[in-house]
Amino acid sequence: MARTTLAEFAIEVGDAGTHNVQPLLHEIRHALAQLLEQGKETVIDLRSIPLAPGEEAAIEQALGEGEVRATLSALGPSDFRETSYPGVWVVTHYNRDDQIVGKFVEVTSAPALLRSQTEDIAAGLQRLEARLTQDGGGRVV
Amino acid sequence: MKNDQTLGEILRQQGISRRGFLKFCVATASLLALPPGMVPAIAAALEKARRPSVIWLSFQECTGCTESLTRSDAASIEDLIFNTISLDYHHTLQAASGTGAEDARESAMKENWGKYVLVVDGSIPTGNPGYSTIAGISNVEMLMEAAAGAAAIVAVGSCASFGGIPHASPNPTGAVSVTDLISDKPIVNVPGCPPIPVVIAGVLTHFLTFGIPELDELHRPLAFYGKSIHDRCYRRPFYDKGLFAESFDDEGAKKGWCLYKLGCKGPTTYNACATTKWNQGTSFPIQSGHPCLGCSQPDFWDAGGFYHALSIPTEDTARTVLYGAATGVAAGLALGGLNRARKAHAARKHEKVTINDLEKGG
Ligand code: SF4
Repeated sequence: MARTTLAEFAIEVGDAGTHNVQPLLHEIRHALAQLLEQGKETVIDLRSIPLAPGEEAAIEQALGEGEVRATLSALGPSDFRETSYPGVWVVTHYNRDDQIVGKFVEVTSAPALLRSQTEDIAAGLQRLEARLTQDGGGRVV
Repeated sequence: MKNDQTLGEILRQQGISRRGFLKFCVATASLLALPPGMVPAIAAALEKARRPSVIWLSFQECTGCTESLTRSDAASIEDLIFNTISLDYHHTLQAASGTGAEDARESAMKENWGKYVLVVDGSIPTGNPGYSTIAGISNVEMLMEAAAGAAAIVAVGSCASFGGIPHASPNPTGAVSVTDLISDKPIVNVPGCPPIPVVIAGVLTHFLTFGIPELDELHRPLAFYGKSIHDRCYRRPFYDKGLFAESFDDEGAKKGWCLYKLGCKGPTTYNACATTKWNQGTSFPIQSGHPCLGCSQPDFWDAGGFYHALSIPTEDTARTVLYGAATGVAAGLALGGLNRARKAHAARKHEKVTINDLEKGG
């Protein structure tokens, strides 16, 4: 007797789309025009939009790969990828267990988290001063 | 770790950079379904937030809600528990047992009287007090005593929110929900069987940042329960075109068509499954080919069968319609237009009423 294989139960998703991919690309186009004309930045939370299986990948594919890729290491890794459209970034944050905690499209010249933060710069300066004081045995002026 | 330190101070002490903190705030905004533009406001609120004492009581429950919480991927659970709250009593997670555990509960209540957050999972039996006890104290007694000193109560899971499975007919223990017993405290219901892990974490985080979240008529936070599954379901285009799977292995099922006729309760169920999803955003029941059971709605267990379409009569349809109306179900829903005569006739005859019959009847 022919046995039923798992593949026969697979749910096809090819035509089960929400049709949200195209409107999202238009939203990105509007945001990009605003960035250029008014310097206004936009962040789109990809996890707040109903998407069918495969649609998130379709959006990323449509946006393509650009020139910059950066990794941040703070409370788990974060991945910053400029897409083939300069000013459009796909940002993915992971926690320490490498689970995604947020996925965004950021329309900006550079994602804010890539810049060094004032508080961290101040803390770094203190550390450097302390080290030099220790090494040189004297005060830093 | 002292409770009077702010979260900002604690994180800095642990060597977490400002970048790390801002990343946490970005994830929190997403978690709370707030626009990304709210990140600076969240950062300012979290910076100043003090760790509240949390007392977690588990009554008639299956521990599924705690299982769900410990799989939260919001921040890691360790971050949530140890940095943002001071979990002073949780009899499944704490190391202490016996009188040591009960002493911890009593001293946390005494030290933080009027200020602690009380989290409850499980329903409360009102029949024989011996049906469910902790350290010889009945659930009702322990709840009322702990509730008296709480700043707010979070009922986690459908049992604590609405009575859940213990409350299902014939409800042998006289199980009730927290809101059935307490009316003089702010109560947030986080229903679901179990609730989505990040939703539990999100509600606790909302307390820290902006206090009690905005709630619907059933005390559920609108950020997570404001939209129906049906409103945000990716199979919705098929529903709108009238393309339904008729069985679990027909062509429609394989093509990913709408599961309404297989009993999907998405149109009357309010929850975040369709966008937040489960297992780190991997999938949710409908995406896996199974209809929504409606587990975050009151009395979902008695709503007439998981595999019966909403348009098929149930003994309790009047209540289902009422709950639907209370939460603002979209007009034009098949249930709303139910032809009662047709339904009563079918119920007597044990016939199936299909969507087509109802549309004909109007
Ligand atoms: S009935 Fe269920 S499967 Fe169909 S669109 Fe609504 S929520 Fe999705």
